[in-house]
Amino acid sequence: MTSLRQKHRTETLRNLAFLSPWLIGVSVFFLYPLVSTVYFSFMKYDGFTPPTWTGWKNWQYVFTDYPFFWPALRNTLWLVVVMVTLRVVFGLGIGLLITKVKTGAGFFRTAFYLPYLAPPVAATMAFAFLLNPGTGPVNSILGSIGLPQPGWFNDPAWSKPALTMLALWGIGDLMVIFMASLLDVPQEQYEAASLDGAGAWQRFRYVTLPNISPIVLFAVVTGVIQTMQYYTQPLVAGKVASGVIGGAGQQFEPGYPDKSTLTLPQLVYHLGFQRFDTGGASVIALVLFALAMVFTAFLMRSMSERSVA
Amino acid sequence: MQSFTRAVIGTAAVALLATACTGTSNAPQADDDATKDVSITFWHGWSAPGEAAAIAADVKAFEAKHPNIHVKVVGNINDDKIKQALRAGGANAPDVVSSFTTDNVGTFCASNVFTDLKPFLDRSGIELDTTFPKPLQDYTQFQGKRCTLPLLNDAYGLYYNKTAFKAAGITAPPKTLSEFDAVAKKLTKVKGDSYSQLGFMPNFHGYESTATHFAALWNPTYFTPGGKSNLAKDPAFAAMLTWQKGLVEQLGGFAKLEKYRATFGDEFGAKNPFHTGQVAMTMDGEWRLGMAREAGVTFDIGVAPFPVPDAQADSYGKGYLSGTVIGIAGTSQKQNAAWELVKFMTTDTDAVVSFANAIHNVPSTLDALKSPALTADLKPFIGIAQHAKSNTTPASPNGGAYQLTLQDFGYAHEAGKVPDLAAGLAKTDEQIDKDLAQAK
Repeated sequence: MTSLRQKHRTETLRNLAFLSPWLIGVSVFFLYPLVSTVYFSFMKYDGFTPPTWTGWKNWQYVFTDYPFFWPALRNTLWLVVVMVTLRVVFGLGIGLLITKVKTGAGFFRTAFYLPYLAPPVAATMAFAFLLNPGTGPVNSILGSIGLPQPGWFNDPAWSKPALTMLALWGIGDLMVIFMASLLDVPQEQYEAASLDGAGAWQRFRYVTLPNISPIVLFAVVTGVIQTMQYYTQPLVAGKVASGVIGGAGQQFEPGYPDKSTLTLPQLVYHLGFQRFDTGGASVIALVLFALAMVFTAFLMRSMSERSVA
Repeated sequence: MQSFTRAVIGTAAVALLATACTGTSNAPQADDDATKDVSITFWHGWSAPGEAAAIAADVKAFEAKHPNIHVKVVGNINDDKIKQALRAGGANAPDVVSSFTTDNVGTFCASNVFTDLKPFLDRSGIELDTTFPKPLQDYTQFQGKRCTLPLLNDAYGLYYNKTAFKAAGITAPPKTLSEFDAVAKKLTKVKGDSYSQLGFMPNFHGYESTATHFAALWNPTYFTPGGKSNLAKDPAFAAMLTWQKGLVEQLGGFAKLEKYRATFGDEFGAKNPFHTGQVAMTMDGEWRLGMAREAGVTFDIGVAPFPVPDAQADSYGKGYLSGTVIGIAGTSQKQNAAWELVKFMTTDTDAVVSFANAIHNVPSTLDALKSPALTADLKPFIGIAQHAKSNTTPASPNGGAYQLTLQDFGYAHEAGKVPDLAAGLAKTDEQIDKDLAQAK
């Protein structure tokens, strides 16, 4: 009996030893920050003086009194629904087109992939220049052919569509993934479908889509998580378009114009690093975490139900 | 499985314990010997080559007087970096820190991130009232705690295009806001649905045309003695917002002005709209003249105090004041040596004057303001800086959050989204009070 128990203990220790790299990684980079964030969400903590318990005060402030929270949440959800959907559709569409191209495929692959490599700050500044409502070439062209000239990053109604255009321009990552999955679809399935009289749409619907659905799920889930963390582009676009660098008596306006480019990660920074409010920042970080979990669980579940059906 | 659960719970417990001990400030006693050989680190926000050279010259002059104190200078630091570095502490954290804005003095003082300078001032026998102008004393302390000192001063005035004035037959800069409105209209030239020249950009996004800079012309009181927001009760704010919106309407309306504003270049670049002639008048700080010259502006530039409300015509000459502040990191182990640098940079008249001339800022001590060595460019701003009615925005425990809230309200008001100004200001007060309660 004793030797059995000892053997079991030895096996457990050995298993734990094998698992230790993962355990250490998860503990240090996931559990510790997560537990800390939950802890700080109930504390008043400015980073300098010892934290003190405040109960639900931070939660109440963020949900009822912090004027930037709901606009940022609405913007984040808009971007998750519109930007992620369009990126997946556009990435798949470009991937499909390029796999069909007979000549110059290499050129098109490179042309569509290159923008993805542009640093986000530089790319956003370039877009802010191109889309400047007064001096940008895009509006000059639109004006010259008699089309309306939107305010783009200076107009609350157009700022998120402009950010979506920027995201679609940098579609290279999804395009490559979709191309690889499209080339992996067995040709004989297309041939069999064609023999059965399937048209282009039916081949796509009943052959391509089922084969690449795990990749679509991957693209959507990673897209949702990335969009939840969307920070650099809206911040730079708002800052460049507002023209306000910031200085004495010149408060930087989060989410210019009219809070339309405000996202939740910007609030984490704003509260945590500009207002010394670690508690409030932790609440927003936990909201982001919960949203990402809910979206991911929903997508995984609906996809697995569909594959079972 | 039980072992695994125990391990997870154990990790969480350790994490919590470790978290509770993280980043707490433990300000050291200032017991270092400033007469011994020591190296200190000084962080500042200046980045332009000329500014960096001016700082280097200032530090060199200090090191000549204090050969035992060596200063490592790190530039291009903003307040966000300062906060994070001082939170983290450690050997590479700065000893002396300067910040471009006075907005965060409240946070710096309240959180002890900057050390209390009173014991150092007392020990050195420095009388604040005989050293610094009153508004500068105000914006460098928070609720009686002096954790920073002024390192040069910014004063805001009116810049005008003399060539455009001459072409429009205007002989002198306006002194009251009604005169200013008339001049702004006269200088405005409409071209199609836009402008070939705008007299003045009144929109709150028009760079330095901010709510707080305008409000200074009415000498506002931002907070009650009890620390509550006072926007609705002080008529200054309603008067300022009403005047600003009136000018927006007179010059073509918010939408038209916003469209024109989108054609402006960067505020601190060569294509600033005042440099390019897109606007004929602008509100700006004392640095603009030097920047305009560097940008190769060809027209003559005039400088004057910004016009004041008609009912306060006798206070013409005042303006909004702000400036760079300097303090000692609460975590510094070399506070006595750090104090020597702070004392030199903020109170040594020659150092202050040389630095002010070099970077086109107004000097921050009473003696330096009287110095004949100051450049002629600074003269109009020295008058504004010394005017008894010049004022600034008060320090607050959450930095400039109240200014951001007022500014936000200003954007809504100028865009015509506020049907009831008094009710809107009262609601803005509520928001500011909620933000303050969260910071306490």
